[in-house]
Amino acid sequence: MFRIIQKERLASTITKFVVHAPYIAPKRRPGNFAIIRVVESGERIPLTLVDSDPVAGTITLIVQAIGKTTQLLCSLQEGDSLRDVVGPLGTPTPIENHGSVACVGGGVGTAVIYPIARGLREAGNNVYSIIGGRTSELVILEQEMARVSNRVITTTDDGSLGRKGIVTDPLREMLDDRSLGISAVYAIGPLPMMKAVSNLTRNYGVPTFVSLNAIMVDGTGMCGGCRVTVDGTMKFACVDGPEFDGHKVDFDELIMRNRSYTELERLAHQRYLQTTLPEHA
Amino acid sequence: MSAFNSLKPSERMKIPRQGSLEQNAGERKGNFLEVSFGFNEERAQIEAARCLECTNPVCTEGCPVGIDIRSFVQRILMKDYAGAVQTIRQANSLPAICGRVCPQEEQCEAVCTLGKKHEPVAIGKLERFVADYEMTHNLFSPPMVETKRDEKVAIVGSGPAGLTCAAELSKIGYKVTLFEALHAVGGVLRYGIPEFRLPRTILDLEAERIKAMGVEIITNFLVGRTATVDELMDEWGFSAVFLGTGAGTPHFLGIPGEGLTGVYSANEFLTRVNLMKAYQFPDYDTPIRLGKNVAVIGGGNTAMDAVRTARRLGAERAVLVYRRSRQEMPARLEEVHHAEEEGIEFLMLTNPLRIIGDEHHVVTSLECQRMELGEPDDSGRRKPIPVAGSEFSIAVDTVIEAIGQQPNPIIQSTTSGLKTGKRGVIITDDRQQTSRPGVFAGGDLSRGGATVILAMRDGKQAANSIHTYLQSVQLSTVDITDSMTG
Ligand SMILES: Cc1cc2nc3c(=O)[nH]c(=O)nc-3n(C[C@H](O)[C@H](O)[C@H](O)COP(=O)(O)OP(=O)(O)OC[C@H]3O[C@@H](n4cnc5c(N)ncnc54)[C@H](O)[C@@H]3O)c2cc1C
Ligand SMILES: Cc1cc2nc3c(=O)[nH]c(=O)nc-3n(C[C@H](O)[C@H](O)[C@H](O)COP(=O)(O)OP(=O)(O)OC[C@H]3O[C@@H](n4cnc5c(N)ncnc54)[C@H](O)[C@@H]3O)c2cc1C
Ligand code: SF4
Ligand code: SF4
Ligand code: FES
Repeated sequence: MFRIIQKERLASTITKFVVHAPYIAPKRRPGNFAIIRVVESGERIPLTLVDSDPVAGTITLIVQAIGKTTQLLCSLQEGDSLRDVVGPLGTPTPIENHGSVACVGGGVGTAVIYPIARGLREAGNNVYSIIGGRTSELVILEQEMARVSNRVITTTDDGSLGRKGIVTDPLREMLDDRSLGISAVYAIGPLPMMKAVSNLTRNYGVPTFVSLNAIMVDGTGMCGGCRVTVDGTMKFACVDGPEFDGHKVDFDELIMRNRSYTELERLAHQRYLQTTLPEHA
Repeated sequence: MSAFNSLKPSERMKIPRQGSLEQNAGERKGNFLEVSFGFNEERAQIEAARCLECTNPVCTEGCPVGIDIRSFVQRILMKDYAGAVQTIRQANSLPAICGRVCPQEEQCEAVCTLGKKHEPVAIGKLERFVADYEMTHNLFSPPMVETKRDEKVAIVGSGPAGLTCAAELSKIGYKVTLFEALHAVGGVLRYGIPEFRLPRTILDLEAERIKAMGVEIITNFLVGRTATVDELMDEWGFSAVFLGTGAGTPHFLGIPGEGLTGVYSANEFLTRVNLMKAYQFPDYDTPIRLGKNVAVIGGGNTAMDAVRTARRLGAERAVLVYRRSRQEMPARLEEVHHAEEEGIEFLMLTNPLRIIGDEHHVVTSLECQRMELGEPDDSGRRKPIPVAGSEFSIAVDTVIEAIGQQPNPIIQSTTSGLKTGKRGVIITDDRQQTSRPGVFAGGDLSRGGATVILAMRDGKQAANSIHTYLQSVQLSTVDITDSMTG
């Protein structure tokens, strides 16, 4: 059992947890994730290891409640425990000094990119960050990102915070601004966003890394459920990734595959709401 | 050998081989309860009476762990069931499991003397009978440990190889820690072989027994990532390591359409159902997406388990697509027979060419090609050759690929000095020692895909080798200190 040491609400649907996981904490690298199971009857889901404290033996997770499992998780309190946590999984992000990089986070993807941005900064890069969300509520970790970036631009679809529009607008301006000398882009967020960023940067010939949120079960390379097509070949996102060259990813296939369980997920979610919140019945 | 059996050999040979009681096919294709009920006492008695009590019991040679079959069968006849199970346990610590899933027809029963002219003694079913008897009558007591030893040994992977190695080492007195990547122990026994062949209560019981012997079990620990083998030895204080991580990485055909929704590897399909209990969705949260027309590609145990599982989940048409003929199918005979009874269709000499989907990227059909058999290939089986112009397609909404697995590379790529061979298997000598001193390996990881009983044999052999190794290490350190003080 993995005890929740601290819980903090970052936005109405986004919650940060500090969880006791002494084996994982000292081994975490930027880009790693964990697979968790909240309860015995629960699903195994991947969550990024946003941070860790090797001395305290804790890891930090940031979760957006979107379906049954993430909602159940977000309903837990300090002192409660997660049934299972395994990690660190995935290939860590190769952190190098590119000179200047752009880090683009969309929604809860900002939580995933934060440890990478920090790693890149610590490696001596100039870090220019863009964080976006549909609305101000969904823009998270602004201060944390500011601490590890030379500059942070926020965007919202509805203009409720920062610039109105999508993340690719300021990214295009950054790429056009030769004085910044951006030589690599890291983009993590919803698949359509990563696809749009990759399409944009392709024109500039700037290497782009994206983190693929394929549906996972074991997270160890055993089931093949997380397979994605990169450069025409099959890769397992949980072990070969989750980061890949955005210019080579078949986004359309992944977008379709991630819809595999939409109907069943809705069913599970509705049932969860009905049993936990009677007013929804 | 004095005869316990009052019947003359000629009389014994007249007794027909006993079939086991089974859930009827119509009912069982709708549930996940065990198909075979095994023998009741009456049938076990009749079957045991068939054994010829050979002076040269060749059956034992056919068993990879060398169970003294003749004497356990005799004890059944004497109604000394506790004695029978003890006889088995001297060689095999998981009899309830082997009695159910061992390919007996290729091992002990294949060489049984009675089988030369008649049908062999049903050794597997008898083994299962006594193991179940032990369970229902609570006869099990953990073995005595002679001496406590200080050295710690790490076991990686909790499949039959790891479980056996852990049990054997703790019997010798070592401090044993078993690391498992998943949240539950058992390996393929847990996530691959379905409940209708191996009830989970049996597996849970075995796990409890291993714990009762003092083995520490740490789940959710992926060796290579959570800690490497080097770290376990250098920092965690383990004096030896046994690797039993199996062959878990699935192969795919590499045909067009494998990225479509509705295409599964058998591993994913079976893991969702067995480990995650997707058949109880939404009481369990993990979903499975299964249509009415399911094609399973392959001809081994895995394919058979997948297709029979699909049937139980409600597939109206469940088709097994295999590129060779029935004779070459590696699946166990009993399973093929059960599958037929459950209404599984067999599409033999058929090779898939591509999977076709609709505009939503969901599978709609499988395009295939007929094959014919040519000359034998490297595997000794006749090689399938495509028949030109024989393309056809079958309408399906789910495709499950069960065409083989290979070892997961995580450990190999994070451990120094481990030699690997073809398809990533770890190379060991016949005592299960790897190229790295103190590191031993066995089961599917070194064999590249074998059987439960062979994995157990390796685990047991490795335990003995580890014991020898640790004693020699101790001796050599004593030598050094002696020479230093003296
Ligand atoms: C490597 C990786 C890192 C991730 N990191 C984070 C993170 O730090 N914070 C965060 O909030 N989310 C993260 N996610 C996404 C998170 O795993 C999903 O939001 C979660 O699984 C949804 O589960 P649910 O039951 O709440 O929702 P559901 O209603 O079941 O599903 C909603 C959507 O989530 C996705 N999903 C469902 N089940 C899985 C699964 N088993 N594996 C992966 N995706 C699934 C599907 O696209 C689905 O349509 C990450 C995903 C991956 C692959
Ligand atoms: C569907 C199916 C049906 C089968 N049916 C039969 C049958 O009827 N009869 C028969 O005799 N054989 C059968 N087999 C084959 C048999 O199950 C295997 O030969 C046997 O389980 C191998 O045992 P093992 O201990 O080597 O590995 P496995 O059973 O594969 O166990 C390996 C374990 O190691 C864990 N692991 C992997 N990597 C790591 C790591 N890095 N760190 C920690 N843990 C790790 C895995 O999660 C797993 O739990 C079947 C196989 C399948 C897939
Ligand atoms: S363990 Fe397997 S091979 Fe050995 S006697 Fe039992 S069924 Fe036969
Ligand atoms: S070979 Fe067959 S008949 Fe002979 S002892 Fe063994 S089981 Fe009995
Ligand atoms: S999640 Fe199973 S192989 Fe990646």
